[in-house]
Amino acid sequence: MTTPTGPAAVARQDTAALPVVRPVGSRGLLVELATAEETEALHAELLRRRAEGTLPPVREIVPGARTVLLDEFGSRDEARRLAAELPGWQVPPLTGGSAEAVQIPVRYDGPDLADVAELWGVTPDEVARIHAATDFRVAFCGFAPGFGYLTGLPERYQVPRRAAPRTRVPAGAVGLAGGYTGVYPRSSPGGWQLIGTAPETVLWDPGRTPAALLAPGTRVRFVPLARPADLPAGPRADLPADVPRQDGPRSVRERP
Amino acid sequence: MAQPGLETVRAGALTTVQDLGRPGYAHLGVPRSGALDPAAHRLANRLLGNPETAATLETTLTGCAVRALAPTTAVVTGAPCPVTADGRPVPWGQPVRLAAGAVLDVGAATHGVRSYVGFAGGLDAEPVLGSRATDLLSGLGPAPLSDGDTLPLASTRPVTGRTVPDAAPWAAPPRELVLPVAYGPRHDWFTEQGLRTLVTATYRVSAASNRIGLRTEGPALARARRGELASEGMPLGAIQVPPEGRPVLFLADHPTTGGYPVIGVVPSAALGAAAQAAPGTAVRFTLTGRIHGGG
Repeated sequence: MTTPTGPAAVARQDTAALPVVRPVGSRGLLVELATAEETEALHAELLRRRAEGTLPPVREIVPGARTVLLDEFGSRDEARRLAAELPGWQVPPLTGGSAEAVQIPVRYDGPDLADVAELWGVTPDEVARIHAATDFRVAFCGFAPGFGYLTGLPERYQVPRRAAPRTRVPAGAVGLAGGYTGVYPRSSPGGWQLIGTAPETVLWDPGRTPAALLAPGTRVRFVPLARPADLPAGPRADLPADVPRQDGPRSVRERP
Repeated sequence: MAQPGLETVRAGALTTVQDLGRPGYAHLGVPRSGALDPAAHRLANRLLGNPETAATLETTLTGCAVRALAPTTAVVTGAPCPVTADGRPVPWGQPVRLAAGAVLDVGAATHGVRSYVGFAGGLDAEPVLGSRATDLLSGLGPAPLSDGDTLPLASTRPVTGRTVPDAAPWAAPPRELVLPVAYGPRHDWFTEQGLRTLVTATYRVSAASNRIGLRTEGPALARARRGELASEGMPLGAIQVPPEGRPVLFLADHPTTGGYPVIGVVPSAALGAAAQAAPGTAVRFTLTGRIHGGG
């Protein structure tokens, strides 16, 4: 079993010439982009073209952190044609979209909450408030069926993976690693910093349609469950919902 | 009439339920899974008049033994092995009628690794995303067989009035596994020497190989850059190179994303042979494709 990887170990790449389309065998392509935003935008554009029937049939469209894998085109020629054409596409920037965000109720009681608060330079309550005020989006899935890598936290809230991974992380644990948030769909080993628990949400249920609650592109909001007196359900008047995008962790701590 | 089904008498080293897997869900983190030697799986079903999507048993090196709880017809394909019904030798590669209570014993593979045991109608199990395949990476599908397990069959319909060939042509697994490979998508993470090593050195199949990947022993591939990639999609047949440098060929239960560079990709048509290469078998990678696209 692999474990989720964070961008901490990511090698610096020359981003000047991106996007680059790389061959994957004879009937696949790997499109490499400069940023997570461009990657999510290209993924959305690929799904849009597939839905309207203007993308050559391809079996797998698998987004990653900075890439989209297109595997198993019908023929080598179709893969080559798209490889030549794709860098010239005008891809519209990602919009909020009209789809409702999936709401995941969370108790912010994770064993690493205090460590994350220290890394962010805020109190544990503020970690919960900032996290619950963030608009997340599933950038890509992997590690286990139903595990989504959620983006949305500003770069300054990146945290390293734990130095020593846990041998068992319970199902429903909400963790942070790199710039990502994830919810463990089932009990497994894991090295993410655990800030909470989502006791009511089933991330993966093979008997349900769809089996995976989270798919690439899905919007997600975390809704605080515990201590309603301390954690207002909605944005406070003095703290607009976009506070994490506007203020650094220091300034958040300095607020009243 | 007893319930159509089987009782596991001897589970063997690793016996799983397999079909053609669940491709198309990699974006949800779901491996495709399915028979590692799809041609052998398909042949078993064709010999029984089953659709090729019917589930079979995939054994690993040591075979397995099952008792028919009701009359059925079975066939063994894939890795050649001795086959007996109630202790009497019966042909490999030909449908065999089993009376209620009869024990079909699929012996240890004489060549290759994985035999496929098909039954008329196919094995029944709750499908997950359209497939009954056991995925050992993520635990989807039925658990591997253990002694005493009961396995339902989809039908006890005997194969009658059907022309069945006397023998199905089937090549024995070769002594040396030769795998065609096209460089990319991350060949630029390796030195010229590393790229040459891949296609000139002789590797051996490692005993640590499994349904996730065929691991190799041999010279390490020299890297041109350090570190890891940000997680990216991993195709079937990817040759991923972990930091210690020995190539790992991704098979059906491979993870859908990963952070180690993929130096090249082996076409899926060649992976059945890889699935039949026993530990210690010599492996050579031969360069086929030229780079296309902008990479």
